[in-house]
Amino acid sequence: MVHTVLNHGAAGEVSLFRDVYVEAYRWMLLARFLDEKFASLYRMGKIHGGVFLGRGQEALSVALGLALRKGDIFAPLIRDAAGRLAFGESLSDSVRTYLGSALGPMKGRDGSVHRGRPKDGLLPMISHLGAMISVVNGALMARRLKGISGMVGAASVGDGATSTGSFHEGLNQAAVERLPLVVVVANNHYAYSTPNERQFACASLVDKAAGYGIHGEELDATDLAGCLPALANAVERARSGSGPQLVIARLLRLCGHGEHDDASYIDPALKASPVGRDCLLVAEEYLRESGWADPVMLEAWREEARQKVETAVAKVQREPGPDPYTEDWCALASKHLAEGGV
Amino acid sequence: MSITYLDAIREAQARALAEDPRVFIYGQDIGAFGGAFKATKGLAQRFPGRVLDSPISEDAMIGMAVGASVEGMRPIIEMQFADFSTAGFNQIVNQAATLHWRTNVPCPMIVRLPCGGTSGSGPFHSQSLETIYAHYPGLVVLTPATVEDAYSMLLGAVALDDPVIFCEHKYLYYHLKAEQLPTEATPIGKARIARPGRDMTVVAYSAMLHEALAVAQELAAEGTEIEVVDLRSVKPLDTDTVMASVARTGRLLCVGEAWPWGGVTAEVVARVASEGFGLLDAPPRRLNAKDTPVPYHPNLWAAHRPTARSIAAAARDLLGL
Repeated sequence: MVHTVLNHGAAGEVSLFRDVYVEAYRWMLLARFLDEKFASLYRMGKIHGGVFLGRGQEALSVALGLALRKGDIFAPLIRDAAGRLAFGESLSDSVRTYLGSALGPMKGRDGSVHRGRPKDGLLPMISHLGAMISVVNGALMARRLKGISGMVGAASVGDGATSTGSFHEGLNQAAVERLPLVVVVANNHYAYSTPNERQFACASLVDKAAGYGIHGEELDATDLAGCLPALANAVERARSGSGPQLVIARLLRLCGHGEHDDASYIDPALKASPVGRDCLLVAEEYLRESGWADPVMLEAWREEARQKVETAVAKVQREPGPDPYTEDWCALASKHLAEGGV
Repeated sequence: MSITYLDAIREAQARALAEDPRVFIYGQDIGAFGGAFKATKGLAQRFPGRVLDSPISEDAMIGMAVGASVEGMRPIIEMQFADFSTAGFNQIVNQAATLHWRTNVPCPMIVRLPCGGTSGSGPFHSQSLETIYAHYPGLVVLTPATVEDAYSMLLGAVALDDPVIFCEHKYLYYHLKAEQLPTEATPIGKARIARPGRDMTVVAYSAMLHEALAVAQELAAEGTEIEVVDLRSVKPLDTDTVMASVARTGRLLCVGEAWPWGGVTAEVVARVASEGFGLLDAPPRRLNAKDTPVPYHPNLWAAHRPTARSIAAAARDLLGL
């Protein structure tokens, strides 16, 4: 369905593509405002720990989030605010986790980007890169063992994760089991400060797909119009039984690794090249040029996104943090086996 | 009929597969081949599609189990040797062990570790790793020492809502036999008095239990009654049973096959010394393997780990005999 809609060749499907494009753009806007609010709160000292932004990655992220549907599995990474929202994560889950609200899904036990609702298919990342791929595989294996078909699992990683053993083991495992897995690699050219040439030596990361015997493709992730059909098609191929899919997305991180990082190591030539374009601005221009939005509409959407973020933050700021005295300090689900402190 | 420790593990898995549709087994060479030690022999044929061969990918094997567990399954992962679990360590301690704490979603799964030394196995097929897993919150670490416990504790582990590190001793696989399997479950987390005595307490677990029992028998002939406590579970550690025994005997020797720095024996001694100092008539002692990799040659291997002989010497010393 979505994948045919997004292959916007047929004239009659243009309006459907427009609807999806506009929806995607508005999730991107919301994610951008949310990120900027977190950055602002971080600078004000209102957030404990790091803040990690998706600036420059929103087009890719939202395209993945929209390609997935309810019942699918999604293991996002640190720059996936847009994809999370499009997949169904509530704004308050992200605000509550960043601000440490006791009412959030992690209840202050974990924070920032380490959030999820496993029972809703949204897996909470650990910090060890590539480690979520095999966990997605396991969720897909469970579905298979239960006789449930038609599901897809997706994991987001970066260029740095492709150097880990977990990435290799996870992709190979999925290939052996021919699981409906989509691994999306956001190649933003730097893993923290390490550039691509110190990370891998193949001509392109997509070359790795052949080694696993899976389908791979590469795309320009600064262009939402290209991301939407590419991700929808990859997800659809996985869903229809074509096995794991590897998507390599070229983009540039338009911020530091985290807000503590000034990103002074990013090559100015890359910033000035097409890969350094801001996908949000590219999408905005596309909307204007295609006549799908005028400046008044764009401003109204921006205002709506800004308001949503402000409202969510204002509400969560009044919520209590976790209480160490009522915390049960038990890591086990089997409470009767708790050792407690010594 | 005679049932080995290994048979008990296989039969417990067969029963879990038969009774619980959420259970499946995943590991290297465990399908048609039946596993390196034959702990899954015949199970792939009896339970088609539920006993699955994995690639040699310890990290992804554990990751797979975590994902399946989130979806309501009860995976059993067979590590070919405990030693290789370090290649999956990250997924065990950072993924499986933290999931419930972080999300309130339980992560029931079992990682079976064929552990402990056998002569000739060398540094990479002999390790006892209960200590490193017990150190991490969020894991249950079991060390059955008998055929009966291997069976009932594995079934108990399947019923638990937490990740369980199930340390099965390779030496016991073939050397221990029982006439029949128990029908009742063993409560997880409770130690047992393997042999009552009044003169000193020897705390042991896994294969060391049998060395300790041999020593108790030897010293009984000389008129000294040793009480042997089988921990069964090292995390949680049943401090109450240990403390009650030390209260009766006044002397403690704790024996483990793992390395000496820190670990289960150090934990037992620390707890007794800090919470039961007044119960002690002599300084508590512990006996472990030597602080080197596990040696290959039988001459070295036999001297590397505690044996009935070295335990007896430590016991006599502690008793002033």
